[in-house]
Amino acid sequence: MKYVDEFRNAEIARAVAAEIAALTDPHRHYKIMEVCGGHTHTIYRHGIKDLLPDQIELVHGPGCPVCVLPMGRVDEGIEIAERPEVIFTCFGDMMRVPGSKGNLLEVKAQGADIRMVYSPLDALRIARDNPDREVVFYAIGFETTAPSTALTLQRAKKEGIENISVFCNHVTIVPPVRALLDSPDLRLDAFIGPGHVSTVIGCRPYEFMPKDYGKPCVVAGFEPLDLLQSILMLMRQLDEGRCEVENQYGRVVLWEGNLQALKSMAEVFELRPYFEWRGLGFIAQSALKISPAYAAFDAELRYSTPGVRVADPKACQCGEVLKGVLKPHECRVFGTACTPDHPLGALMVSSEGACAAYYNFGRKSFQKVGARE
Amino acid sequence: MSDQREQRVLDALEQARRRQPKFTAPRIDMSHGAGGKATHKLIEGLLLPALDNPALAPLSDAALLPFGDAQFALTTDSFVVRPLVFPGGSIGELAVNGTVNDLAVSGATPLGLSVALIIEEGLETEVLTYQVETMASAANQAAVSIVTGDTKVVERDKGDGLYIITTGVGVGDPEVSLSAASVRPGDKILCSGTLGDHGAAILIARGDLELEAEVRSDTQPLTSLVKALKDSAGPGLRFMRDPTRGGVGTVLNELARDSGFGVALWEEKLPVQDVVHGACEILGIDPLYVANEGKLLAVVAPETADSALEALRNSKGGEEASIIGEVREEPARMVLMHTQFGGTRMIDMLVGDPLPRIC
Repeated sequence: MKYVDEFRNAEIARAVAAEIAALTDPHRHYKIMEVCGGHTHTIYRHGIKDLLPDQIELVHGPGCPVCVLPMGRVDEGIEIAERPEVIFTCFGDMMRVPGSKGNLLEVKAQGADIRMVYSPLDALRIARDNPDREVVFYAIGFETTAPSTALTLQRAKKEGIENISVFCNHVTIVPPVRALLDSPDLRLDAFIGPGHVSTVIGCRPYEFMPKDYGKPCVVAGFEPLDLLQSILMLMRQLDEGRCEVENQYGRVVLWEGNLQALKSMAEVFELRPYFEWRGLGFIAQSALKISPAYAAFDAELRYSTPGVRVADPKACQCGEVLKGVLKPHECRVFGTACTPDHPLGALMVSSEGACAAYYNFGRKSFQKVGARE
Repeated sequence: MSDQREQRVLDALEQARRRQPKFTAPRIDMSHGAGGKATHKLIEGLLLPALDNPALAPLSDAALLPFGDAQFALTTDSFVVRPLVFPGGSIGELAVNGTVNDLAVSGATPLGLSVALIIEEGLETEVLTYQVETMASAANQAAVSIVTGDTKVVERDKGDGLYIITTGVGVGDPEVSLSAASVRPGDKILCSGTLGDHGAAILIARGDLELEAEVRSDTQPLTSLVKALKDSAGPGLRFMRDPTRGGVGTVLNELARDSGFGVALWEEKLPVQDVVHGACEILGIDPLYVANEGKLLAVVAPETADSALEALRNSKGGEEASIIGEVREEPARMVLMHTQFGGTRMIDMLVGDPLPRIC
């Protein structure tokens, strides 16, 4: 398939892998974090680890929007979904995220009107088609999806559609990365920067990583060759003693970002003073809420959600995995009490979650894997 | 140290995979109908223990019932697809082909079909007539008769227009013995054509996704492809399945689990139409798990693989056939894919599944 196969070319991959190997110091251990869950998915789906030297360890970061959602926010979403007047809309991977008393799929089976959508604009269409019902969109995601939520509300306001509201769980990428860098139990060498987020915010927001923390960062695309090339770019920086932000995903990401999207976001959202992240705790100015100008569309106000905090199950070590301190299989419930069909933690649910990716694609005994033919 | 720990975790998972699943969900939700892990739990954790008997136990596409010296094959399938007509086919055609194919891949020759229609109040007669005509012509094409049936009408809003249940009975071929147990390391895995056409066609035809693409369902009877395989591979034909709901990925997992061997796939050998590949990339789904309604997956002995492949390619509906992988000793009970990119990954059974009903 055009524009995809080019980025999955095995021959080029081997050449890039050889360059990476040549730059690898056999006596050094490299810890590179891919911030974004989409990258985690690509790494496992294409078996990228198989192409890297043993010295390079990829650590999975906090960039999976479903995974970082605290349980209290899931419970509050479920409470809204259970109201008889509500048509509750959300992305497909939210359906199975466990709240403290079940997930949306189970609530749907009990009769709640929950519909999976691919875009918040679908929720707006449902609101238009069902004027006698209240449509709520469960908004999640980093700056990647926030503009589409913003655009939807701008359009709702313009068209005078009043029976739609948004339960806003949008978060921002820089504060958790900074929190990770401040965390004493994690020593990282470099970062693979999130590609899709950067299409919106650009590359400038990452400049603190080299400047304040001395860590190189390469913003990367999502095809396997993108990732491999980004790792090569990071290895070159480490080898040459450079430390800067570079943009591998130049075909999509502009250094300044998408100004129009940022403008829409600025109109519809404002920063929350603080927000709870699963596993990472409360992080200041790390999430978005609906701005006063759009307060009429804020589900938190419309349904007066109480803002409850629900502790994660005791056995769950999502936090450590999210911070990259534990590998998925090192969690004490991985694969036993917590599996993709019965997830305890959100990392096991989303296809971008590190645990689900490892469970679905990566779980194999490497020494047993035979040669190609 | 870390490697040992990882191995322990992998071993524990392997143990868990071997255990009989328990069905613990308090209610049925949509994932139980998706053909992946939840469906398996429903079947093996709830239905099988209650109904347990030797003909049911293999959970194959059709049950084989001994009768004197002969063996009868019996299968049933229900169809709840929406929309009723889609590019490349319709629910009536699907209902006939689905049951004919379950018999065919069990090595049986269809003797007759039954049809039960559950009709929603208000359905236009014209729609019903059209579906009955497509059933008649599909039956005709598969050289089988619909010999008995039943009709029920349910109140408005209690059905999606029309549900169809078909049951088929066939007579087994004494020359063929197909089962996961006869599969051996080194055997080749053949797929008769492109993956995921039916599922992709339905997803796009439903219009929820506002994707526009020319994808046609692949619904067709597999009888002639099965005959070509039997004639070319003879006793080298070990195992055949019709990878419908759950797709090729699910069938290969069942094969790995039931045979005790590993299955290796080569990503670049998987036949997938560009347009299906594109739709799957956009939606974040894997064609390996998308339903087919006119494809067969076969395991053949290595020495017969080339002639079997050629026979498939020379048959109508098998032009795109490909050898997609092979059976290996290790990794036991797992499906492993060598990616086009040069890495490896495992292919597990599908978990959950946000896809709408497609058959």
